[in-house]
Amino acid sequence: MPLFLRATFAIVRKDLTAEFRSRELFSAMLVFSLLVIVIYNFALELTPTIRREVTSGVLWTTFAFAGTLGLSRSMAVEKDRGSLDGLLLAPVDRAAIYFGKVMSNLVFMLLVEVFILPIYSALYNINLFHPGLLLVILLGSLGYASVGTLLATMSVQTRTREVLLPILLFPVAIPVLLAAVKASTGFLNGATLAEIWPSLNLLIAYDVILSSAAFMVFDQVVEE
Amino acid sequence: MIEVRHLVKQFGPKTVLRGVNFCVERGEFVALLGPNGAGKTTFLRILASLSRPSLGEVRIAGYRLPHQAAQVRARLGVVTHLPLLYGDLTAQENLELYARLYGLTDFQARIQEILELIGLEARRHDLVRTFSRGMQQRLAIGRALLHHPDVILFDEPYTGLDQDASAMLDTILRSIAVQGHTIVMTSHDLARAEDLATRFDVLSRGVIAASAARHELNHTNLLAFYKQALTS
Repeated sequence: MPLFLRATFAIVRKDLTAEFRSRELFSAMLVFSLLVIVIYNFALELTPTIRREVTSGVLWTTFAFAGTLGLSRSMAVEKDRGSLDGLLLAPVDRAAIYFGKVMSNLVFMLLVEVFILPIYSALYNINLFHPGLLLVILLGSLGYASVGTLLATMSVQTRTREVLLPILLFPVAIPVLLAAVKASTGFLNGATLAEIWPSLNLLIAYDVILSSAAFMVFDQVVEE
Repeated sequence: MIEVRHLVKQFGPKTVLRGVNFCVERGEFVALLGPNGAGKTTFLRILASLSRPSLGEVRIAGYRLPHQAAQVRARLGVVTHLPLLYGDLTAQENLELYARLYGLTDFQARIQEILELIGLEARRHDLVRTFSRGMQQRLAIGRALLHHPDVILFDEPYTGLDQDASAMLDTILRSIAVQGHTIVMTSHDLARAEDLATRFDVLSRGVIAASAARHELNHTNLLAFYKQALTS
């Protein structure tokens, strides 16, 4: 296996092993997500028709907030003990470190989503297990984790990192979130693929653009 | 082995290094002395390719920074006052992670060798967060030695260590030094530096203010040499 892939997978493996032991990040993200969907459930008095309309908005708000929490914590762990320097000292392309962190963050987001979807389905009495919707969740989470990992790496080097990350991340991630919400609504409302395709296309395009841009600037972001 | 010419480092309007010239031959153990805020850590971070020079030339083992940073990093081991380890991984898992990142294959024998050197063989399967500060620092040295580096950079490695841990670190550093590694260690502790180094350089106000070989100095001289360098 090339060194680039070995390094990427070594970082993913390290993050998953450490998280499996501490459960710090996953439990915080999960509890936060649960609270958000429960609060929405009480705050919005929903008829079955409106429920279908607001579902994608509520879901993506939940995923975005929980994702931000996870991204911030994931990079803070690296920074606080100087471990990020340890990774940067390795003789590998720094993009391998970036992709390793993106993959770990994506896995954490997807794990939370795996728990949230059935709970949301039960609470709101709506079936979310549509293959198209699951694809949108995967693509949306990928875009969010790609840009979020880069911005978390930037913000973690400042004193106001918890505040700074959402301020930086939400404006940049808006295109991904909008495309994901529109495509999700389409699938939930039973729209045809031709109707959903523009949003899906946009989502894929943003994923590619944001990942490529982050890949190109990561080296500059981590070097003083 | 290390060649630095006219190195300048600026952070915004603040100039931390003002034209540092610094050369280290293969096998030398250089103690880079200086008060807090002299720029020692910044200098070491540039050598470690963690920070980019604003001006000047840096070469390590014939490779230029920052253009050939990956080649430099492959030949470099770095130990700082932070352990650069993961508390939720065991000592063995930490070393395996770094072995993979450095592209080592069949690294179990090397990990065994390192754990024996740093005296942590019995604790290899314990989580690093259960280790004392001294044990974490020994493991950090193990991590830095894993890939057989030619050059090892120590940035204030004694920070936060008690007497016993410091004595153990002394022993490990001596054993590394006799293996022929090129070593640069920053310190503001003259006694520690005096015991280990073959050359003393003083970094003051962003330049190398003085340099002397060990045989040119004894204990009284080292203190006078250091004070004179700071006031010159």
